Amino acid sequence: MSIGAPLPHDSAALHVLGTARYIDDIPTPAGTLHLAFGLSTIAHGTIAGMDLAPVRAAPGVVAVLTAADLPHANDVGPAVEDEPLLATGIVQYAGQPLFLVVATSHLAARKAARLGRIDYLPIPAILTIDQALAAGSRYEGGPVIWARGDAGAAISGAAHVVEGVFETGAQEHFYLEGQAALALPGEDAMVVHASSQHPTEVQHKVAAALGCPFHAVRVEVRRMGGGFGGKESQGNALAVAAAVAARATGRACKMRYDRDDDMLITGKRHDFRVVYRAGFDAEARLCGVEFTHFLRCGWSQDLSLPVADRAMLHADNAYFIPAMRIESHRLRTHTQSATAFRGFGGPQGMIGIERVMEHAAQVLGIDPLDLRRRNFYAEAGGPSAPPVAATGRAFGAENLPPEGFPGAPHPPEDISLKQCTHYGQEVVDFELGAIVTELEKSADFAARWAEIRAWNSKSRTLKRGIALTPVKFGISFTLTHLNQAGALVQVYGDGSVGLSHGGTEMGQGLHRKIGQVAAAAFGIGIEAVRVEATDTAKVPNTSATAASSGADLNGMAVKAACDTIRGRIAGHLAGLAGVEPREVHFEGGRVFAGARELAFAEAVASAHLARISLSATGFYATPDLEWDRKAGRGRPFYYFAYGAAVSEVVIDTLTGENRILRADILHDAGASLNPALDIGQIEGGFVQGAGWLTTEELVWDDAGRLRTHAPSTYKIPASSDRPRIFNVALWPGRNRAETIHRSKAVGEPPLMLAISVHQALGAACAACGPHWPGLSAPATPEAVLAAVARARGA
Amino acid sequence: MQISFLLNGETTTVALADASMTVLDWLRETRGLTGSKEACREGDCGACTVMLTDTHGSRAINACITLMPQLQGRALRTVEGIGSAAAPHPVQTALIDHHGSQCGFCTPGIAVALAAAHLNGEADHDAALAGNLCRCTGYAPIIRAAEAAAGAPVPEWMQADAAAFASTASTKISSGGEGRPENHPGDGFQRRTPGLGAGLGGAESPPVFLPENADALAAWLLAHPSGRLVAGGTDLGLTVTKALQPLGEAAFVHRCADLQTITETGAGFRIGAGVSIADMLTAMAGAHPSFAALLARFASPQIRAMATLGGNIANGSPIADTPPALIALGARLHLRRGAARREMALEDFYLDYRKQDRAPGEFIEAVTIPARAPNLRVYKLSKRFDQDISTLCGAFNVAVEGGRITAARIAFGGMAAVPKRARTLEAALLGRTADAPTFAALAPLLAQDFTPISDMRGSSGYRMQAAQNLCLRYARDLAGEAVSVLEVAP
Repeated sequence: MSIGAPLPHDSAALHVLGTARYIDDIPTPAGTLHLAFGLSTIAHGTIAGMDLAPVRAAPGVVAVLTAADLPHANDVGPAVEDEPLLATGIVQYAGQPLFLVVATSHLAARKAARLGRIDYLPIPAILTIDQALAAGSRYEGGPVIWARGDAGAAISGAAHVVEGVFETGAQEHFYLEGQAALALPGEDAMVVHASSQHPTEVQHKVAAALGCPFHAVRVEVRRMGGGFGGKESQGNALAVAAAVAARATGRACKMRYDRDDDMLITGKRHDFRVVYRAGFDAEARLCGVEFTHFLRCGWSQDLSLPVADRAMLHADNAYFIPAMRIESHRLRTHTQSATAFRGFGGPQGMIGIERVMEHAAQVLGIDPLDLRRRNFYAEAGGPSAPPVAATGRAFGAENLPPEGFPGAPHPPEDISLKQCTHYGQEVVDFELGAIVTELEKSADFAARWAEIRAWNSKSRTLKRGIALTPVKFGISFTLTHLNQAGALVQVYGDGSVGLSHGGTEMGQGLHRKIGQVAAAAFGIGIEAVRVEATDTAKVPNTSATAASSGADLNGMAVKAACDTIRGRIAGHLAGLAGVEPREVHFEGGRVFAGARELAFAEAVASAHLARISLSATGFYATPDLEWDRKAGRGRPFYYFAYGAAVSEVVIDTLTGENRILRADILHDAGASLNPALDIGQIEGGFVQGAGWLTTEELVWDDAGRLRTHAPSTYKIPASSDRPRIFNVALWPGRNRAETIHRSKAVGEPPLMLAISVHQALGAACAACGPHWPGLSAPATPEAVLAAVARARGA
Repeated sequence: MQISFLLNGETTTVALADASMTVLDWLRETRGLTGSKEACREGDCGACTVMLTDTHGSRAINACITLMPQLQGRALRTVEGIGSAAAPHPVQTALIDHHGSQCGFCTPGIAVALAAAHLNGEADHDAALAGNLCRCTGYAPIIRAAEAAAGAPVPEWMQADAAAFASTASTKISSGGEGRPENHPGDGFQRRTPGLGAGLGGAESPPVFLPENADALAAWLLAHPSGRLVAGGTDLGLTVTKALQPLGEAAFVHRCADLQTITETGAGFRIGAGVSIADMLTAMAGAHPSFAALLARFASPQIRAMATLGGNIANGSPIADTPPALIALGARLHLRRGAARREMALEDFYLDYRKQDRAPGEFIEAVTIPARAPNLRVYKLSKRFDQDISTLCGAFNVAVEGGRITAARIAFGGMAAVPKRARTLEAALLGRTADAPTFAALAPLLAQDFTPISDMRGSSGYRMQAAQNLCLRYARDLAGEAVSVLEVAP
């Protein structure tokens, strides 16, 4: 059985040998041209004139395109058409593409792109949250407000109130493979190889730019060298530019960003300010919380609205909050357009309530873990309770959905119920009580805390800290219609299986998991299954590989297609053997039908001779979702993923230098499809989250220019930054929701386990004095030193 | 111009049209070896890591900022040369078995870095990987793979490059003043390079010179006073790859063996300007352990393998790693112009931001430092411990007799436009007791010595506060107290 086996990544051997091909490694036709953008050097202004004669005269330049040269759509925005590929008279951030150089080499294009003489008429730029608020520069007109009960009154009547402001920094994805695309002009269609999490959107944007129907554009994605959300929409510009240039020149065109260009042009995780006010009763239970979220969204809308929504949806994290009010300000600034990044606003929303817990524990003088426990949602009970009444819609092409498919249950009327989130979804699978209890034991949390307190009392220069934080993360796209997936499975005459699905491979091991699903369905070995490159001509109308949904959605679609084919083979063999189709079994590479036993390849050959179709599509749509994002009410998530982490750190009170010493993680991946890949997501997500909260600092100057646009100045974690002791375990359990083999999504949730690192650092700062240290994020040495000073009352 | 080198064991001769072509571009675009990746083009991520072998041994380097002429007379091994599907390297097998790759883009570079460390028997895997960024795995499975492969024998093909250089002695430290032997290895392929400026023509590419010794370099520089010296090229390479500037007239000095010697005398060390930071680190481990600890945080293994002491000094950056420590040690700089030589205290070399006391045609030949400085402590502060640039760096060296400070040399990087001594503080310390109260009381004097700037690495306020706090750290350090988070084991 391939399900649950810790098989390596399906490209692991190619990775280590250097033979895995990324966009820039694909052999290209002779005469392939290379592209580079000329970038704005100011944040806001009108373009009075562009002298591109020196660009055109530069060695190797074949063509230079401006907005006026684009024959059709000039837009690469994923949500609304507010993102011109090339600026049209106005510059909205420093780094914005103004013109496109087409040249005979990558280097020639880069050199020429710097030769444009741009005459700007600068306009004062809106760069910061405060500037945007003052100018009323925002998306959606005004703040989005969700409320349950009267939070203000609840806080007024509370025994204890904590309030404060907390800011988290932006984060650069730093996918190792920069953005890249290759366009190959065909006789009457365009083929685009893209490093993209969303080939269908690339197809749509390219088609609009070429003025052709979607079917005239085929987009292929073999793999990405990392995505993390940064290739959900940010690759559109390169694919469109390459396609437009390929159409204009009739030659293959390739574009890849130099790293500095990549960081200057593309969006990052939203930096975020959360203002909080929380009331607790005499038993340290939350009575009410008011949050105000401020997001710096940048120059275009991109995905900022659902990001901001997801921040609001995670403002409760693991805690029941009877009265809650969240006000979310989506601010428009003249900076890179902030975009999707692993967690998609969830981390920013979640760290708000965890900050409340950290702050309240100090103010109330109570053990932070005890405080958290008092406020947890009620436990669902039982390690693997029966699934909730949810019927997954899984069907093959011939198995059309029944008419009158039952709708999702309506949210309960009384959302003050203990098990309801502030947006009205009942939490029916809560298990953090058990997870935290087990982790507390396995990490030896209490004893280590006591030991650290004793150690700190004797150490004046160095202080250690420890913290345990939980994660509850909602799984599903909040834009409900995106929760669908398709697959195409083809069984060949030799018994080998080739399959395509709508998900993309960015390193997470999705193709391996999907291959395991197919292998299990046919009872064959993983080596018999090949997962093809993602291709819009094989599986159309796909959603982005995002929201941790890749295996959930595509796994079900592939299983549906496999089940269809298997059903046909079983029916055929049952007829031959004189048994019922359900009595035909597929196992160990063999098929058993009554007294007959065949190799899978023999069964396939037999079906082929009987003229039975051996290819099928599959489709899946997540059931039971209902969401009104304006009202902030409904059941946006199919289920929740859970986990908890204990982090231990040490700080230097003289310099603010800090280090993670140890991390212990217990995470719920349901019945894991592949525990090795899931642990890889947890380790990697945790370290990436720790980077967001410690070493990774994006700095813009007063003119809105990003000063940290390369790894020389922007520091993601290095090997020695990982916890020296790093214990990761999977919570044994099955998903209560009816997911693919009862597994749980694992891409994003582990990133938020790193909130424990920040809180451990806060605890170490708090060990320096009696005052609230109010450690900011990222916790650079400078930030830690400032927090130490605050703790001492300096 | 023709250069010759070994590529994955094969003698390779390349007619270079452009001396500023990087090794990575040549591998990927000309040679079609696309296993080595470009992810930063500035030597900070390691995706382009390849292995270079010469008389100094085999080590990982960054192909993205190494220029083709730097390969002359050396051996290059890429990911395609460390293993194959039929015969993978043990680290490649271990990376598969331990799930060490996710997106796979950093993986070829990591495989080469680990293979080079494996060849050299290095046991500190974090140190070996300090120059390789991975954004997916969190590194844990990569380290597990490195540990698993540690016991496996070195494949014979990995030893072939070093064998080509085996005829040459490779003494890191000689006891006299003798230069290195002249006979370079691999005589079969490395002697074909013509001398002065030969062959490399074209309007875009001025002549390039590959001197064999310091005398030849001195003569060339006298004749080409605006010429550039390419030693490791780890910073200069960026003017080509990032600033997109032409290289101009240049001499590649990696074949000047007489600039690569470290001579130990009773009085101290004379370190040739062409000595790599990697060799320097080895040489300092015994005599100046705190300096060696700093050098271990100098960029990455890949950069240290190429970067030279002379380059780090001459480059003139106010945040260069070695100058504060060298100034605190009382280093003397030995300059040469033609046959004329002069020397000066290192601190006097730095006149202003990126401006040094170096005449046209003059170059750094060597640096001398004392043999002993038991109270030397060097503290580098940066956002990340490995592969980062100093926010500030403080180097402290006081002499104490009878509990009183009798001499003090304290220098900072990142606090001024140049690496600079804290002369006010130094003067105030003389005659005082060498304890924490003294340093705490006098640390505010740094405000008279320095007016640091704010930039993306830190604010002026942080720099000043941290610099003052380092004074207290120094006192506590001398008293034997644990003062670094790096000393705390989980």
